[in-house]
Amino acid sequence: MLELRSIDAGYGRFQALFGVDLDVKAGEAVGVIGPNGAGKTTLMRVISGLIRPTRGSISMQGTDVLATAPHRIVSLGIAHVPENRRLFPRLSVEDNLRMGAFMPEARARYRERMDFVFDLFPRMKERRNQLAGTMSGGEQQMCAIGRALMSDPKLLLLDEPSAGLAPVVVQQVFELVKRIRAGGLTVLIVEQNVQQVLQAVDRAYLLEAGSIRASGASADLLANDSIRQAYLGV
Amino acid sequence: MEIFDIYLLEALVNGILLGGVLALLALGLNLIFGVIDVTWICYAELVMIGMYGMYYLFSVYGLPYWVAAPMCILLVAALGAALHFLVIAPLLGAPPINQLLATGGVLFVLQSFATVAFGIDFRNLGIRLPVLALGEMHFSYARLLAFIAALIGMVVVYLFMTRTYTGTAIRAIAQDRQIMALMGVDTKKIYLVTSALGGGLAGLAACLLVLQYDVHPFVGLSFGPITFLICVLGGLGNFVGGFVAAFLFAEIISLGGLFSDLEWGYVLAFAFFIVMMFIRPAGLLAKRS
Repeated sequence: MLELRSIDAGYGRFQALFGVDLDVKAGEAVGVIGPNGAGKTTLMRVISGLIRPTRGSISMQGTDVLATAPHRIVSLGIAHVPENRRLFPRLSVEDNLRMGAFMPEARARYRERMDFVFDLFPRMKERRNQLAGTMSGGEQQMCAIGRALMSDPKLLLLDEPSAGLAPVVVQQVFELVKRIRAGGLTVLIVEQNVQQVLQAVDRAYLLEAGSIRASGASADLLANDSIRQAYLGV
Repeated sequence: MEIFDIYLLEALVNGILLGGVLALLALGLNLIFGVIDVTWICYAELVMIGMYGMYYLFSVYGLPYWVAAPMCILLVAALGAALHFLVIAPLLGAPPINQLLATGGVLFVLQSFATVAFGIDFRNLGIRLPVLALGEMHFSYARLLAFIAALIGMVVVYLFMTRTYTGTAIRAIAQDRQIMALMGVDTKKIYLVTSALGGGLAGLAACLLVLQYDVHPFVGLSFGPITFLICVLGGLGNFVGGFVAAFLFAEIISLGGLFSDLEWGYVLAFAFFIVMMFIRPAGLLAKRS
């Protein structure tokens, strides 16, 4: 579904990614793990068009993502839940969700998508008129995921969905990822919470200092000694 | 004493009527600042061009007022979009002082252009609307009409901002412009729509002010500084603050004018502004940190 080939990317003269190759197949859940500053967020931003790579190619179901204007990439079926959620704090929950359905294709199905999201997050329905910035971290994360789902994506990019949340809430977020997947959605998830993400995904890539250092099935990575030592503390 | 109270009431009501138009002007400027983060120093000069537009459409080409007004609004909306496209868009990444100087430059360009194109004569539509007498009090229909039209204009903008996708995007972009592309929003397009909307509000103000004031190339100086002060007093980019500040200013001008000359009303209003800048520099409604 998604193919990245030899991606170099960075900010100004600082290079954050070096020749990254990555594949996500339809229906899969794929994780990207790695330490702080490894380039995980940059990778997500490159896929969704927030920054452009300096080299390489990206294709989504055969369409050249780099030839697509950044604001049209969501129409290819890629929805990005950014790091730190990035809700519009002074808009209501409903207005935040409405923004997720901004593109013409999604507007036509606004009611249907709204019902879907409210079904998934009954809490959001209760809080639909509340300002998004006044909700708890976990609720904001639900709203951010809901906003991304409003566009009816084929591929959901989740950047550190567990960051800054209480352990119980983190559990809920990963449960949710499993439910979303069960609904047939393809998921690419970036996490520092290695233990939990590896239990939620099929495959994962290890990104260190801007390069892919390892990849494989979750079970194999969980059993890998160097990963266990570096990221699982055992 | 009885007579005095009636004058006081008359001044209060006139203050409210003036406040409506000032609030309309402030809304346009606040919209641009809140969304694009740029101050159109030349905002009142757009109003001036709109007033000339009304003069030519109505007095020279003989169109009825109700036909000329929408055309004038569209004209100034187009001017607002052109201002963004030609001057602001290339400077979006530039330091704020450069943007300020550029729109300041546009102010002088528009004034000079008007002087060359229209001459320095004072012109008006020649419409003399009657005066409404309520007992001992007198209110001009022009002001009443302007107040009602300004309120309707603001309600329409409110509905647009809260009920449409584009309006919601305009509010959202002011809160987080970097992620708008993730929503499928083309920020350039939203900026252009916002600029046209800001221009359209200046056009509406022009249609209303031209009923009360003569137009000349420097008429913008009568509204520009006060609009700017209202926006700053309300907190730049704060729509509600601007609305409150507009009525506060209008009442000070109107009541101050009651006790002596109208000019003293303006002196009081500006003095009030300076004092408020010491007390509440971030605007009337700003939260104390």
